[in-house]
Amino acid sequence: MEEKVLLSLLEKNARRDIKDLADILQESEENVLETMTKLEKEKVINGYHTLINWNRANVDRVSAVIEVSCQPERDYGYDRIASMIYAYDEVESMYLMSGKSEFIVMIEGKTMQEIANFVGAKLACVEGVTGTSTNFVLKKYKDSGIVLDEEDHQSDDRLIVTP
Amino acid sequence: MNYEELMNQDVVELKPSGIRKFFDLASTKKDVISLGVGEPDFATPWNICEAAIYSIKSKKTHYTANSGLLPLREEICHYLDRQYDLKYDPKKNVIVTVGGSEAIDISLRAIISPGDEVILLQPCYVAYEPAVILAGGVVKYIELTSENEFKLTKEMLENAITPKTKAILLNFPSNPTGGIMTYEDYLPLIDIIKEHQLIVLSDEIYAELSYEDKHCSPANFEEIKDQVILISGFSKAFAMTGWRLGYLCANETFVKHILKIHQYVIMSAPSSAQYGAIEGLKNGQKYVDAMVEQYRQRRNYIVNGFNRIGLPTHMPKGAFYIFPCIKKTGLTSVEFCEKLLEEANVACVPGSAFGEAGEGFIRVSYAYSIEEIKVALEKIGKFMEQFNENHE
Repeated sequence: MEEKVLLSLLEKNARRDIKDLADILQESEENVLETMTKLEKEKVINGYHTLINWNRANVDRVSAVIEVSCQPERDYGYDRIASMIYAYDEVESMYLMSGKSEFIVMIEGKTMQEIANFVGAKLACVEGVTGTSTNFVLKKYKDSGIVLDEEDHQSDDRLIVTP
Repeated sequence: MNYEELMNQDVVELKPSGIRKFFDLASTKKDVISLGVGEPDFATPWNICEAAIYSIKSKKTHYTANSGLLPLREEICHYLDRQYDLKYDPKKNVIVTVGGSEAIDISLRAIISPGDEVILLQPCYVAYEPAVILAGGVVKYIELTSENEFKLTKEMLENAITPKTKAILLNFPSNPTGGIMTYEDYLPLIDIIKEHQLIVLSDEIYAELSYEDKHCSPANFEEIKDQVILISGFSKAFAMTGWRLGYLCANETFVKHILKIHQYVIMSAPSSAQYGAIEGLKNGQKYVDAMVEQYRQRRNYIVNGFNRIGLPTHMPKGAFYIFPCIKKTGLTSVEFCEKLLEEANVACVPGSAFGEAGEGFIRVSYAYSIEEIKVALEKIGKFMEQFNENHE
């Protein structure tokens, strides 16, 4: 079983039928299921999410990219401080970075005020954090390889039958 | 006045391709799901488009050298060496053409004297026969068979050669069968090609779309390399069909004469397409590899689907076509495709459009997303169920 191929197939579309996956991979359905279960247990597969354009669903959502500076700690480096930050449900994703700030923290909230409150009352107060800089997302153009809000992105302008 | 009589009678005699007829028929229907397209569904990788746009912005909009921009010819030679271990000199052995089609046409015109025979392998791409006829040649067919995985054998070749045979036109990986020739398959043919001094026109436009072994070219055999005119282009692997850019590689003498035709008829291939292609060859391999991987997955998927439906289908090793056998339905391939179009609204191409040897088969393209193929397979499956019920 080519696990890498299975993973890239699932990354693009987690809802594919097992039968279709088996046909694509030239494997039995049992083998595909077993491999998926194994990869889930090994935490290689960490969930099957859906990419939603909330804007189109008329649901108000605000995202922000927050640069967080901090002082590393003896024995722990950055990891303990990071764990104090990513423990909050508001944090969508978090990265340790090279460059000006130590962390990039992505946050989603209902309103700008909600995010501002979180940053002021929670994030900036975490022990070891020395500064934050909040950047609100104004428009999402592309997410996880998918172009959002593009009309007829997939239109096929090929002739129906060609040699 | 009878205008027909004013025309070249060879042209009057040319039959419109079977694909054209089927295209006209399919175009009359609405919401057709097509598996009939012979070109990639992918858009040209953006770095190629951007390079072409930049060339226009930079006013590089003039004729190029007749044989193509030297940097492009150099990149073509690097590419062929890197990918297929083929060594050509960019200054002596390469002509950049308007698609592989032009390369086929000008090569045939350069080598054929009136009455020379050219061997074609059926089923084959629809343009080969007219191109030979228009060049004044005579077509001799070898019929390939599914039992042989549509490969050319020594016996077939020996039986087809006459004192008038000038050339043989090969197309592996093949449109429409997806068949390939490996190094071992070519091996027994080499002595015959050498002995009879055959020119080998090798249309390798689908070379990159080889899913198992690395593509092998007849030009990989040093003994006959100088007899081979290698034809390829950017349409399939780089998803650049509309750019119309191809090339040919051959020995210096061939190139010298073929170039005269190209020079008088075409002057040079479009400049912006050439600049795009340079970028494609330099920095496009990862995009090509990603597309090839997609085709490989779709191939597996569609072959399994057709076999499950009950239309026996070999696993082809190249190109992006499968060639399912429909003989058990008792229909001709045209009848089958018309019925499929009429009742299931799915368009495939009758095998007979690629010559008599294609009768009993249909050409199905998998240059479509898995999701599109899934819908088409469901429709074909229902169609076959209905057909089987009616014919029990």
